[in-house]
Amino acid sequence: MGEFTLLVNIGLPLTVLVIAYLTGSYLERRHFADIRKREARMQRFPTTTFETLPDDWEVADCELMAESVVVSLDYFKRVIAGLRAIIGGRITTYEPLLDRARREAVLRVTEKAKAEGFDAVINLRLETSRLANSDSGQGIGGVEILAFGTALLRTQR
Amino acid sequence: MQLDIATDIILSNTETVPGKKITEFYGVVTGNTVRAKHVGRDIMAGLKNIVGGELKGYTELLQDSRREATERMIEQATAMGANAVVNVRFATSSITQGASELFAYGTAVRVI
Repeated sequence: MGEFTLLVNIGLPLTVLVIAYLTGSYLERRHFADIRKREARMQRFPTTTFETLPDDWEVADCELMAESVVVSLDYFKRVIAGLRAIIGGRITTYEPLLDRARREAVLRVTEKAKAEGFDAVINLRLETSRLANSDSGQGIGGVEILAFGTALLRTQR
Repeated sequence: MQLDIATDIILSNTETVPGKKITEFYGVVTGNTVRAKHVGRDIMAGLKNIVGGELKGYTELLQDSRREATERMIEQATAMGANAVVNVRFATSSITQGASELFAYGTAVRVI
C-alpha cells in the first residue's frame, strides 16, 4: 500500500510533466513552422514602425487594426523556469514563447489588413502585459501580446 | 480584435489621419472596461495551461473587452462633435486577482 501511494504521488506528476513536455514542444515546433510560412507570404506587404508615409503616397482610407494573443508556458517549462529563477540567468524556456506570440500578433494585424484590401500598415506598436494571477504565482496566468497599427489604402490612379 | 465597430469616426494611431488635415482639436477622450475571467473559460484555459501555447478563450475575452473600451472612447468623441480620434493608445493593467482593466485613449479631432 505504501509503495502504491508513493507511485501515485511521484509517478503522476512525473507523467504529467513528460506529457506536457512532449505535447508542448510538438505544438511549439508546429507553431513556429506555421509562423515562418506565413511570414514568408507577408514579406512583400509593407509594414513599418514609422509614423510617416513615403512622400509619394496618397492615402484614400485608413483604419486602426489591433490584434492580440494570450499565451502560457507548459507545465514542464514552468518547472524549469522556476528552477532557473533560483540560480538566475537566462530563462530560455520563456524566450521562444514570447517570440512566437509577438510574431503571431504582428501576423494577425498584417494578414487582416491584407485581407481587407489595405496596402500597408504603419506605426506598428507592440505591447506586453501579464494577465492577473494569484500573487503566489499559482493558478492560471498568461501573457498578452497586443499588436496595433494603422492600415492604409492608397489612392488608385 | 474585431475593431470593426460601426462608426463614422476615423481611428488612427498616428499623430494625424494619413491623407487628411486636422482643423480642430477637442481634447483627450478615454474609454475603459474592467473584466473578470469567466469560470468555464478558466477550466478550459487550465487544461490548456498544462501543454502551453495560446489560450484562445482569453484572447477572445480581451479582444472583446478592448472593443468595448474603444466603443466608449468613440462615444465620447462623437458627443464632442469630433469626426476622428488620432494617436490612439491601448493599455492593460491587472487590477486584482483574475481581473484586468483595458483602457483606450486618444485625441479627438476634426479632420477634412
